[in-house]
Amino acid sequence: MKTRWYWQTIVYAILTAGVLVTILPFFYMVMTSFVTQAFVLPRPTDILAVRPNLDNYVSALQNNNFGRYFLNSVLVTGVTMAGALFFGSLTAYGFARFPFWGKETLFKIFLFTLMVPAVLNIVPQFTVIKSLGLVDTYAGLWLLYIGGGMVGTTFFLRGFFEAVPKELEESVVIDGGGSWTIYRNIYIPLSLPALGTLAIFSFQATWDEYFTALTILKTESSRTLPIALQLLFGKYASDWGLIFAASIIVLLPVIIVYMAFQKRFVQSGFGEGAVKG
Amino acid sequence: MNKRLKLELQRWLAVLPYIAWGIIGTSVFVIYPMVKGIWMSFLDYKIMPGAESPFVGLDNYRKAFRSEFFWYAVRNTFLNTIVTVPLIMAVGLFLAVLVNLKFVKAKVAWRMVYYFPVITSWIVISYLFKYLFAGGEFGLVNYIFHVKLGWLPEPVNWLQNQWSGLVIIWTLHVFKTFGWAFIIYIAALQGIPQTLYEAAAIDGANGWRLFRNITLPLMKPVTIYVFINAVIGAFNIFPHVYFITGGGPLGRTQVLPVLIYKEAFDKFEFGYSAALAVMMGLTIFAITYYQQRKIGKYSVEY
Repeated sequence: MKTRWYWQTIVYAILTAGVLVTILPFFYMVMTSFVTQAFVLPRPTDILAVRPNLDNYVSALQNNNFGRYFLNSVLVTGVTMAGALFFGSLTAYGFARFPFWGKETLFKIFLFTLMVPAVLNIVPQFTVIKSLGLVDTYAGLWLLYIGGGMVGTTFFLRGFFEAVPKELEESVVIDGGGSWTIYRNIYIPLSLPALGTLAIFSFQATWDEYFTALTILKTESSRTLPIALQLLFGKYASDWGLIFAASIIVLLPVIIVYMAFQKRFVQSGFGEGAVKG
Repeated sequence: MNKRLKLELQRWLAVLPYIAWGIIGTSVFVIYPMVKGIWMSFLDYKIMPGAESPFVGLDNYRKAFRSEFFWYAVRNTFLNTIVTVPLIMAVGLFLAVLVNLKFVKAKVAWRMVYYFPVITSWIVISYLFKYLFAGGEFGLVNYIFHVKLGWLPEPVNWLQNQWSGLVIIWTLHVFKTFGWAFIIYIAALQGIPQTLYEAAAIDGANGWRLFRNITLPLMKPVTIYVFINAVIGAFNIFPHVYFITGGGPLGRTQVLPVLIYKEAFDKFEFGYSAALAVMMGLTIFAITYYQQRKIGKYSVEY
């Protein structure tokens, strides 16, 4: 059965209109980032006529310390990802492969906390970090990110670990290996795709995290990119060219990861999980 | 009995090195803060070391019910949910069905574009929308709809009025999240076996009838999933309001999460902030608990 040409045209027209609405704002942002010394709102016609240049990008990186903040964000995000994957996979492995008393009850308590909105915990979390003496340290931030995210990572990985065939463990047991060897030599290598997807989500969420970082980090030189961006906006509220150049510096790593691993985002994993509940 | 106890103990000792991380992390940084938050909501909490935090019973809750700013935040939080959730679901499903049509080419490319706003940053998109909706003739939205098309009789001062401010916030919310619903829906659509359509087509069904009698019923479980997550997302509306209007003018565009944050970290009203948080948490819990339980049991069967 062939769909008639005018139906096809209408469908393509709607899809294209959707793409325009989605992309146009970003296109306009990129064009604005080429406008230098914009102390008043630039005219749309001037923006579309602008010649691409990197002046604002250089200014953001050199005069406004975005190079430094970028490295801070890399450090904060990198350690968070590694910690979340390592400790999350350990916990998920425990839940997936060990029988123990109270397992499902414990897991239900874990799941219950997922329903509690993050903003509700932010004040008491701050007091916990304060009593540990970790305000204004990356350690405090890492603890909140990794500890607070344990349930999500465990929940996500447990299903994948349970799908690993148990017979594979036998070879390790015959060689005299214990549960740690099974974890390292069987479960981790076989779950790399799931771990990869999780790594990307963790990266994306941590890279953009603003509110926790703002409450924990006080020293200017240790700030992360989202905070730096907010401060830049406060300082040069009308210099849109500079603000969007800095914004694009913030977005670039996420876009690169998105392009490189687009299949993980739009084709596999969590979508299927959703259907199966 | 004793033997049994010993066995359970051994099992716990075996698993503890693995799950201890999750238990400690969740207890210290999620469960304890939650319990402490509830307790704080009954105190006039002082963050200064050594200062006393007297127990004030339900005073913080009473204060909320008497505050007009609280009611604006409640109104806007519910409004945001009522306006954006149906839009996100409708746009997501509509585009997913179109992209999933047999003759549509370059399916991955469409997906990548529609999902793009989801992966970008809340802060950046917030500034971008603030810029697009800038007042005067040169804000892009005013420029297109006033100068070029003439649909708006005069340039709108979007950020100065409560309703136009809310419109920006809703638009941004839909713009940033419809791609998520779209991706979930398209994964579900592709899970429907082609044989079902073929069988129905042999029976003479086509187009709209195939969609209504096969696609829609099979989309039900995933729709519930999308719905719950969209509702939770809409209730947790946070960064864009914070960055675009900050709740202004005069708290008229305020939403609960931002109010909670500002009462705590701008005004140091920790007890009051905690009381607001507890009420919001209970509301979300009431809405989602029942549905969340059902979700676990739902699955598509062909």
